[in-house]
This record gives sequence, C-alpha cells and structure tokens, in this order.
Amino acid sequence: MNWRRALVAAAASAPLIALFAWGLTKDPREIPSPLPGKDAPAFALAVFAPGEPPLARAIGDTVRLAELRGQVVVLNFWASWCLACQDEHAALSETARHYADRPVRFLGVLYNDEPPAGTRWIAEMGGQNYPSVHDPGARTAIDYGLYGVPETFVLDAAGRVAYKHTGPVSARVLVRVVDSLLTVAARSGAPGAVPAPLKGGP
Amino acid sequence: MSPAVARSFATLVFVGAVLASAARPAGQPAGSASAQPADSALQQAADSVLEARTSAVAAQLRCAVCQGLSIQDSPSELAQQMRTLMKEQLRAGKSENEVKAYFVSKYGEFILLEPRARGFNLVVYVLPVLLVVGGLGGIVLLVRRWTRAPEASR
Amino acid sequence: MTRLLAHDALLVSLAVIVFGALVAPVAIRRGRRDWLPLAFAAVYTNFVLVTVAAIAMVVALVRHDFSVSYVAQVGSLATPLFYTMISLWGALEGSILFWAWVLALYGALVVWINRRRPGNLVPYAATALLGVSFFFAILLVGPADPFLEVSPVPSDGPGPNPLLQNHVLMAVHPPLLYLGYVGMSVPFAFAVGAMLSGEVESDDWIRLTRRWTLAAWGFLSAAIIAGMWWSYEVLGWGGYWAWDPVENASFIPWLTATAFLHSAMVQERRAMLRLWNLNLVVGTFVLTILGTFLTRSGIISSVHAFTTGTIGYFFLAFIALVLLATLAMIAGNSERLRTTGRLDSAASRETVFLLNNLFLTAFMFTVLVGTLFPLVAEAVRGVKVSVGEPFFNRMSLPLVVTLLLLMGVGPALPWKSATREELREKLLPPVAGAAVLTVLALLVGVRSAYGILAFAFVGYAVTANLREYWIGMSARHTAHGEGWGTALVRLVGGNRRRYGGYVAHLGVCLVALGVAASSSLRSEREATLKPGETLSVAGRTVRLKDVWGREEPQRSVVGATLEIIEAGQVRGTIEPRMNFYPGQQQPVPTPDVRSTPLGDLYANLQAFRPDGSNATVKLIHEPLVPWIWLGGLVVVFGALIGIAPSRRGREAVAEDAVTLGGTVPGAVPGTVPGAVPGAVPGAVPGAGAGVAAPALPRVREEPA
Repeated sequence: MNWRRALVAAAASAPLIALFAWGLTKDPREIPSPLPGKDAPAFALAVFAPGEPPLARAIGDTVRLAELRGQVVVLNFWASWCLACQDEHAALSETARHYADRPVRFLGVLYNDEPPAGTRWIAEMGGQNYPSVHDPGARTAIDYGLYGVPETFVLDAAGRVAYKHTGPVSARVLVRVVDSLLTVAARSGAPGAVPAPLKGGP
Repeated sequence: MSPAVARSFATLVFVGAVLASAARPAGQPAGSASAQPADSALQQAADSVLEARTSAVAAQLRCAVCQGLSIQDSPSELAQQMRTLMKEQLRAGKSENEVKAYFVSKYGEFILLEPRARGFNLVVYVLPVLLVVGGLGGIVLLVRRWTRAPEASR
Repeated sequence: MTRLLAHDALLVSLAVIVFGALVAPVAIRRGRRDWLPLAFAAVYTNFVLVTVAAIAMVVALVRHDFSVSYVAQVGSLATPLFYTMISLWGALEGSILFWAWVLALYGALVVWINRRRPGNLVPYAATALLGVSFFFAILLVGPADPFLEVSPVPSDGPGPNPLLQNHVLMAVHPPLLYLGYVGMSVPFAFAVGAMLSGEVESDDWIRLTRRWTLAAWGFLSAAIIAGMWWSYEVLGWGGYWAWDPVENASFIPWLTATAFLHSAMVQERRAMLRLWNLNLVVGTFVLTILGTFLTRSGIISSVHAFTTGTIGYFFLAFIALVLLATLAMIAGNSERLRTTGRLDSAASRETVFLLNNLFLTAFMFTVLVGTLFPLVAEAVRGVKVSVGEPFFNRMSLPLVVTLLLLMGVGPALPWKSATREELREKLLPPVAGAAVLTVLALLVGVRSAYGILAFAFVGYAVTANLREYWIGMSARHTAHGEGWGTALVRLVGGNRRRYGGYVAHLGVCLVALGVAASSSLRSEREATLKPGETLSVAGRTVRLKDVWGREEPQRSVVGATLEIIEAGQVRGTIEPRMNFYPGQQQPVPTPDVRSTPLGDLYANLQAFRPDGSNATVKLIHEPLVPWIWLGGLVVVFGALIGIAPSRRGREAVAEDAVTLGGTVPGAVPGTVPGAVPGAVPGAVPGAGAGVAAPALPRVREEPA
C-alpha cells in the first residue's frame, strides 16, 4: 500500500468537496438582477385600482414613470393568484401610509391577471391605500426582468433602480431602503443624485 | 485502411466535427412551427420565416418561471408573452443578437441557456474537448506500448 | 404503534450495522474466522429490520395514519390507493427509506449467494456494504426520519405532488432507478472488499459481481427510458429529455457503468485496465451518491429538486469520506495493478473497447462539467449562468455519433488481432447498411449533418451486430446441420454475454433512431380554436369538439376533446387536459398522445376560456418516438440474455472463469496462455478460487 500516492490522491478530491460545501451555503433560486444601478425602464400603465385618499388616483388614469421623477418610487408586482403576495400586503399598505406626506410613491403592478380579479383580491385583503395599474401582456414585467411575483423595486429620485427585492417584502426592509434614498436625495438637494445600488435581502 | 490511418482519420473527423459545431450558430430549434394560413403566398412565406427566427431565438433563452425549459418549449404564460415580444422585436428589424442582448440586460446572463463563450465560461467548452484529445493521444501511446511489450515468461 | 415499531427497528438496524461492519475486519485480524458468519448474519438482520420499517410505512400510508410525519406530508384521504402506495418514494424521507431497503436487499442476496466462498473478499465486501447502509441508516434516524410523531394529528394531508399522481409510470420509474442506482453498490462493495482483503490482483471481484452489475445496469437503463417516457407523457412540452440536473444525475453513472461493462471484458481477457476498472466502479458508485446529493441538497435547482435542508451536509460528508478513502486505497494499490499484459495488435476489439471507454468517459465528463458549471461559475465569477439544452446537445452530438460508429466496429472486429483480409471482410459489408439508412434519412427530410451521420452509423451498427448473429448461426448450420432456430438458441446459449450485448446494441440503435428522427423531423403548431375549428401539423388534422370540465375527488379537470380527422372521417380522439389541484397555484397539464408505429401525435392544452368557447392547443408531430421506448425494452432484453444463467453448470463456470492469467490470487500476472498461437481460447488452468474443475475448452466460440 503506497501511502504517499494515497495521500496525494485523497488531497485531489479536496477542491471538489470545498466547492460543494460552499455551494450548500447558496440559494440556487436567488438570481441577481442586472437592473440595480441602471435607469428604471419607462412605462405608461392604466390605473384599475384607485387606492385610498390621499394617495388615490382615478381609475383609467395613466401613470407614467416620467411623472414620478423627483420622488422615491416603490414598485410592487403582484397577482391575485399569488399566495406570497398576501404575506406582504399589510407591510406595503402600512409603509405607504407611513410615507404619505413624503416624496415617496407606492405603485402596484398587476402581473398576468385580470383587473376584476385584482379588485376582488384587494377587497378581500381589506383594501390597498395606493393605486395599482394593469400590465397587459406583461411588457413592463419583462422590462423589469421579472422572474415571478411578488417582486418589489425601489427607484430613487433620479429615476434609477436602487434596489430589487424578490419574494414578499417586509416593512423593515422597505423603510430601511426608502429612508436611505430620501436621505441621499435630501443631502444632495438635486433630483440628479445617484445613490449606489443597494444589495441583498432583509 | 491501416489502423494507424484509421485512428488519425477518426481524430480528424472528431476534431473537425467539434470545431464545425462550435462555428454553427448556437441551438438548433427543437421544432419548426409552420405558418398560419394567410392572405398571400408572400405574406405566408415572410410569416413563416419570422416564426422560424422567433423559434430559433426562443430556443436559446430560458423560461424565467420554469426549471430549465426554453421559452420556445415552455407552455407558461410569461414564456408566451416573451415570445410575442421577441416576434415584435424581430419584425421591427432587430437582429437575433440584439433580441438576446435585450433579454440579458433585463434578466442577466442566467436567461441564456448556453453560457456565452468568453472569459471563464470557456472552461465548460474547452475541458471536455481537451479530455477527448488528450485521451485519444493517451490511447495511441498505450496501444503502442502494449503492442510492443515483450511477452512475460510463463 | 407501527410508528414506534418502525422507529425502533431502524435504531436497532443502526446498531446491527455498526456491529456487523466491525466484526469482519476484527475477526480476520485476530484469525477468528469462526466469527465471520456473524458479519453475514448482521447483513441478513439489517435486511429484516429495514423491511419491517418499510412495511410499517406502507401500512401507515394506506391506513392514512397522519400521526406519522411522512404520511402527514404526502398522504391524503382523496388520493387513490394506487398512488397512495407508491407515494412511499414520492418525497425525500420515503425515498431514503426505499433506498435503504433496496440496499439491504441487494446486500443480503449477494452475501448469501457468496457466503461459502473462502477467502476474505466476501467478508470485506460485506463490511463495505454495511458501511454504505450505515450512512442511510444515519439519515433515517436523523435528518430524513420519516417516522417522526405529528401532534396534534391532522385529519387530512396535502397528498403527493400532483406531478406524481398523473401517470402510472410514476410507479415504475423510481423503483427501477433505485434498483439500478443502488445495484451499483454491489460491484463497488466487492471492489473495496478486494482492496481491503488484498485480493486486488485477482479478477474475482469482477467475476462474482458480473451479473449483479449487468442487472443494475439493466435496471438503470430501463429507469432512464421510463423517466423519459414519463416526462414525455406528463410534462406537456413534447420533449423527453431536457438535460435537467436530475436527468443528468441518472445518466452520468449509466455512462461509466456502460464503460465498465466493456472494459471488464478487457480485464478478464488481458489482465489489463485493472486500475482503470477499479476507478470506474468506484466512480460509478460515487456518481450515484453525487447525483442524489445534487438533486436532494438543493445545491442546484432542478425540476425534480426534492428539498433543501441539512441533509445536504450529510451527503457531502459521506461523499467526502468515500472519495478520500477509495481514492487513497486505489492510489495505494496502483503499483500492484500496473498492466503487464500485452495486446497483439491495434486492430482488435480491445482497441475499440479502449476507444469506447474514452468516449463514454468523455461524455460523462461533459455532462458532469456542464451540470456543475453554474456552481463553479458562481464561485469564480459571482454571476449566475445557465447551462442548458443547447450546450449539452452541441457538446454531446459528436460523442454520441462516434459511439454509434464504435457500436458497429467493435462487434465486427475480432479479439486480439485481425489481418487485412479479415478487416476488410468484417468492416466493409455493414457500409451497405449505412448507405441504405443514409438514403432513407435524406428521403424523409433529415438535413442536418449530425442527423444524417446518426442514421448512417446506426445503419452500420445494426448491420454489423445482426451480421454477427448471421455469421454464428450459419456456421452452426453448416457445421452441425442445425436448423436456424436451434442454431440461434445454441449460439446465444453458448455465449450469452456476447450475444446479449449485441441485442443491447440493437436496442441502443433503436433509441438513437427515435431520438434522431424526433429531433430533426419534429413539427409543431399552436392555435386557439373554437369548437368546430381545425388545426393541422405535418398532414395530420384535429378538430376541436368541445371543452369540458369535471370534478374528481382529488382535483378538478378541464379537458379539450379533439377529433382526429383523416380523409374527412373521424378516426379517433385526442384529449389533452389540465388538472387543478387544491393548494397549487398553477395547474398541471396532462397532454394526450396517439401513437402509431412511425410516430406520435401529441396534443397539449395550453389555455382555455372558462366558458368553454375556445381552447389554445399545441399540436406536435413526433416521428419515431415509440422506437425510443421499444429500444429501451430491447436493451433490457439484451441485459436479461446476458444475466440468464447458462444451462450447464460447467459452462457457467467456464464463462465466468475465462481469464487469461491473474484469476487466482497470487497468480503471476501477465500469464497469457491464449496468446500462444493455436491454443484453444477458453482453456483456463486453475480458474478461480473455489472452482473445482478446470473448464473444458470450447470448440468454436471465443467467450465474449
């Protein structure tokens, strides 16, 4: 039994084991998005769920991304058939109310669903205090690189994607991200401020 | 032909085949959808070309909500919508590479079903070829050695 | 009650396994060979205990005992009995239990059959088998415990994954897969046993496990084909292979096992490749565990991914241990196993087998690297990439086509050497077959280079393999005056391994043709139809009759009935459906397939209006797909021929004991009696420990 060769051969398998051990710490379903740091894709979508005053918009109104410039935007993609969306609904509504008098806009985007079903869902969930728009053909969803719902994007005041969250988002995360963007915008004073894209999850 | 010639020929054929396949555009589509019946033969022909081009691109991109299926093969709603978008972009004059680049800019490299052959990604293409070429060389050497070794005494 | 019984059985089995694994080495060290039966007894006892646990689980499932954690996970009052029973392997914990049971079964059988063999090989092999069982037993009392208590006891459960309830093949694919996967533990255990006992220069570990390896290979082949068939009939995209990581996980060990089946013959004839064969067998086993690890640990997401969790770390630890230990053992033995034999000529079947091994190994390596690359790329570049179908098709086509050619050249070439005339006589005639199939391919519209090559080489291989039958049969007919039927039976009976192998080659050729035709000649169309409208593809027309819905105990079903129209007449219906399961966001499609000998008509329901006013249907014409399933059956048949025991005992001994030197432990390696010109092949002096009589030389046939 040649022990030296045995040792060398055994050591040869070490890198592979190390690779697998490292791999076990990663989540294969988490896919990083190329959007953070870039200009947010433009959209012009029609409101189907008005939300509640003071944040309400009329049904049928077109919301354009351009008109939201200068404010921090929280864009949440959801659907009535999406179970996880129910988990984040309360967090989103409360956070929207929390920022009602600040330059922050919440907007829901309905993904691969019918507006009547969406309206019904909102009613069942006890209302939604910010408006939701309909995205027919999932064009905006594709523009934002959607892998599924729910996904939430936070855009800074300069119209760039600052942060993408996959899965149900918590109030804590939202507040952290929005607050830091508001701070940056206020400090630099101008809507052209470019904060660095924020990474990671809750 | 002699075994040596046969071996060389096999090596050449193999290496040539690999190079040829690498030079081919990526991903033959799994199926071709024939054109919808339309008004004129010209329209029909143009439609079927567009359809074929869409299928070719869709076969190279991964369905974002499935596990490993291409957009061409996936029955999911998002995949169908992506396909429609691709068709529009091709019809508007974009090239296949521009359409793929658009999706990569939105979804990241993950959306490509085959890694771009540049940089570190080349490893996944080159390693197997190296193994075959190296192995063939190894077999040549081994066979030479084993056909020349003197017979062991009994 | 059953839960506690089963739990205890598994705990006791753990103790029995540890005891049994240690008894053999200790006994041999101390020279107390009278203790060895204890080790064997441990193997049998383990089997009994695991069987108790398995039966308890099936009983709990059928009785809907929701106090058992696994039943609460996969059971449901609404699930039909058949699917309830097969949910034993439907989720992680149950499948681990099933694996442990199959492993215990194999262990018990192979030890019992070889219990009387003198020497240390079998005791050490038993230790190795118990070592593998140990890992699974740890899982079963640890992270994969299916018998945990659920309290309060729920009144119902979610039922098995809907994808697993849709088709009867779900009953067939996992057991076959496990019988194949786990079966590879047997040659592995004997290889390890050979190294531990020092009997590594003998071929006994191969001879004794030859039929087991072939059986496991046969099961694995059947499992892969069944998996393809299930995928085709259930998933709705009209394909049968997507190079998904779990599909690759079953294919990778199959490739090395196939290589081993061939190179083992070179070892038995030439005392060569001994080190290589050890590596192949150990590699095959490690790859089965690796494949299971990849799909169960959640490290790579796939359509089959069962779960994520701590079980991945256990698997990784086991793989690390096995790799370290076996690589060390093999490397340590490498000097003893250097080849000292020789080849007569490069133009021989031996060389073709070397090439066969190279290309099969390269294929395995390609698929493995492609499957693992996303992980590596993420580690190195920090970017997630996909390695999918286009990559695997592109890289494997040249290899597959080469292997097809080798399948024709190998059987045609004789062992040892061939003169130029012999080469011409054997290698040229099958070209006619290649030509015929090339013309055929061009006629039916195959235009891709690889497609045409595939057809051509299949033509070559089929002709070459059939010709071997012809040559053998006509020789017997001429020499003995046997009728053709008798000649066939006697020919195959005289050398089952060889002629079974040729049948397996034919099966692979059928599969290759089916794949080549359905890839290059497939056509599909999708349309939204109102009742009465038609959709055509490749000259086949269907007309939507109606869209309907019905309630079943465990699901709601929506279907579209399509009438198949031929020459204006309704010739049958094809009815794709969508199944809606409570608690599932997306419905599960069930496509419908109408098969004819030359191809399939495949329909999938993509979407529908709830009021039934229209339905979106995808219609696909898939030429020659049924040949894939038929080819699978032929492959299994070939394996059966190879496994079947020969009629006469002596002949079996002779066939098993054909080794030209190196059979007897301590025999001078490199003794090659068959190399003496004029010596009768098959003469084996002193063949194998424990064999009483030397084999009678056989008149004509060289053993495979």
